[in-house]
Amino acid sequence: MGFMDKLKAKFQRNQENAEEVSEKYKDGMKKTRQTFSGKINDLLARYRKVDEDFFEDLEEILISADTGVTTVMDLIDELKMEVKRQNIKQPSEMKDVISEKLVEIYYGDDDQEMEKLHLEKDQLSVILVVGVNGVGKTTSIGKLAHNLKQEGKKVMLAAGDTFRAGAIEQLEVWGDRTGVDVVKQTSGSDPAAVIFDGIKSAKSKNVDVLICDTAGRLQNKVNLMNELRKVKRVIEREVPNAPHEVLLVLDATTGQNALNQAKVFSEATNVTGIILTKLDGTAKGGIVLAIRNELNIPVKYVGLGEKVEDLQAFDAHAFVYGLFADLLEKE
Amino acid sequence: MAFEGLADRLQSTIKKITGKGKVSEQDVKEMTREVRLALLEADVNYKVVKDLIKRIKERAVGQEVMESLTPGQQVIKVVKDELTSLMGGEQSKIAVADKSPTIIMMIGLQGAGKTTTSGKLANLLRKKYNRKPLLVACDVYRPAAIQQLETLGKQLDMPVFSMETEANPVEIAKRAIDKAKEEHLDYVIIDTAGRLHVDNELMQELKQIKTEVQPHEIFLVVDSMTGQDAVNVAESFNEQLDITGVVLTKLDGDTRGGAALSIKAVTDKPIKFAGMGEKLDELEPFHPDRMASRILGMGDVLSLIEKAQTTVDEKQAKALEEKMRTMTFTLDDFLEQMGQVKKMGPLDDLLAMIPGANKMKGLKNAQFDEKKLLHVEAIIKSMTKKERQDPSIMNASRKKRIALGSGTSVSEVNRLLKQFDEMKKMMKQMTNMQKGKKGKKGRGMGLPFM
Repeated sequence: MGFMDKLKAKFQRNQENAEEVSEKYKDGMKKTRQTFSGKINDLLARYRKVDEDFFEDLEEILISADTGVTTVMDLIDELKMEVKRQNIKQPSEMKDVISEKLVEIYYGDDDQEMEKLHLEKDQLSVILVVGVNGVGKTTSIGKLAHNLKQEGKKVMLAAGDTFRAGAIEQLEVWGDRTGVDVVKQTSGSDPAAVIFDGIKSAKSKNVDVLICDTAGRLQNKVNLMNELRKVKRVIEREVPNAPHEVLLVLDATTGQNALNQAKVFSEATNVTGIILTKLDGTAKGGIVLAIRNELNIPVKYVGLGEKVEDLQAFDAHAFVYGLFADLLEKE
Repeated sequence: MAFEGLADRLQSTIKKITGKGKVSEQDVKEMTREVRLALLEADVNYKVVKDLIKRIKERAVGQEVMESLTPGQQVIKVVKDELTSLMGGEQSKIAVADKSPTIIMMIGLQGAGKTTTSGKLANLLRKKYNRKPLLVACDVYRPAAIQQLETLGKQLDMPVFSMETEANPVEIAKRAIDKAKEEHLDYVIIDTAGRLHVDNELMQELKQIKTEVQPHEIFLVVDSMTGQDAVNVAESFNEQLDITGVVLTKLDGDTRGGAALSIKAVTDKPIKFAGMGEKLDELEPFHPDRMASRILGMGDVLSLIEKAQTTVDEKQAKALEEKMRTMTFTLDDFLEQMGQVKKMGPLDDLLAMIPGANKMKGLKNAQFDEKKLLHVEAIIKSMTKKERQDPSIMNASRKKRIALGSGTSVSEVNRLLKQFDEMKKMMKQMTNMQKGKKGKKGRGMGLPFM
């Protein structure tokens, strides 16, 4: 059908290695896709007409993907309008309309540049990585270091998580694996001081990208958020235009609280992008929709597995393709 | 943001129907829709919500709500009843094996907080139950996971059993239990690697450990911020390993924690503990009733009244009232009164329990600084008995001494004295008013702080 073909075509045009990337997304998001588009197909088959019950079921499917209640309500309202305007009676006619609206939200203003990392060309770039406890900050940093190194960049890591037991050692293991230097102090020392050291060392060693790890913190802990502000101030003071990226790591299994996380961490550190981790489970990552829709923070990377190469640059087209691959292939 | 609390939203619905003599089925439908949204916003799984709403509707359309004078309140009560019964009672007991050691397995997704919780649990067992636990590092996959547990062990001065990362987790668990037996340790807490519930290979490994060591408890550790997927995770782990209980982590965050309800509904296994902070003693028994209120984010007048009734000693209140009337209210009384308010819980929570309170101007974003209360307490406690009875004797050198003693400043002492003075004035006015009313209605003041 028309729209899906367009999406497929658009996706393939945008991507030289479209096949390979789409396979990665398809694999990683297999569970997600099976439940999500499977449910939409079920819904379309089950209903004879487009009525209130139909919309209620659709609402539930979207909510089950952690899409965010407000976003879903808006979407349903828009869909209802569309149904009236196009005088749609048959559920089967809804397929295109639903997908189109969903994609619209994913694409937002369709600014592809937003999803890329903004790094300096010939001087030190600093990436600050923040997030709540247990979302996968340190692991993501390891994978990100690997990615950047593959691009030919000289990378250094700063072990700013001086609080959690074993965090420094964990980052060191990643440093070994990826062949990247790690700047550290002892556990319990001031994270701002570690990062200050990191910057000094990165400058003297002509490093291209310094990635700063921080301890996980819940966003309602005022003192810890202030500590993060201090870390950011130190970076701002030591390197012009830094931090070039502040990446918030979000766990795809997180529910509505992810929105709060995005909001509060943004207030403290002006988050420039999101790394969405653990998308290889059954979690849907629908929160991406809500965050783009409500806060306009782009997703820059997604974690699709445990291996070092399983951190992929976010591609909205591929993401949507992954979500709807079943729908596409049935046609 | 999105979280306005059920009470506020219900109130706007109720506004529409006040004035009507009777509540129609349509009204109930509208109210249950608000309840539904509140539950979904709190991350309760949509299937669980559906069942709940069905039951709530049945009860709400029935006699008890329709004929009540306050249908809105009644709906809230029905909702809370249903939630509380679904959450079940408090169950924070840990199994004790007939023959030591008792073996506990900790399982869950990556990043849920298994290792930290293992440390906290060991600490709790030693402190509260006087047990000797052994921590076992079976996470050979995540980099430095073993070091993490070893560091925790050092912090707690608790033995940790570990082998190199090449070792087989099943083997590690077995050897650890032998060691526990040799050294007469009575609890073995096995920290396993985080894994996805759809990862067959790693799930198989857990089953092997289970078969080999026959644990007495299998705790599923779940992040309280988990969204709709909590159902899949809990169901899958439970089906494959038959868990005995759940530990909910990161509950000190600002999530509404609807996952708790979803997990309980799909597994019917008790949530035993809650992680309430980063420190190693911050593992608490789980309170299902509090969770019900939290999920709804609702102003719960009922429990506020209950709280007030249980914490405020009637006699004390009467004596206070008498003092207020006779104007012999001293700083000592002020301190005591503050203690009573504090007993009822954090001020923010108290405020949240008054429906509409967050609609009031000025109160909406008011952040109550509990620290300030502590300061006030410190200041009063730094005064002599005489000063507390009669603040008018206060002079510069006394104030200086008090400021020094309480770790505050003279200006803070001054501020408190001024506030106390104003409060006394206000009381005078109030008691005068009260006297006027008393003749007609014959009612005394209820609670001294309201």
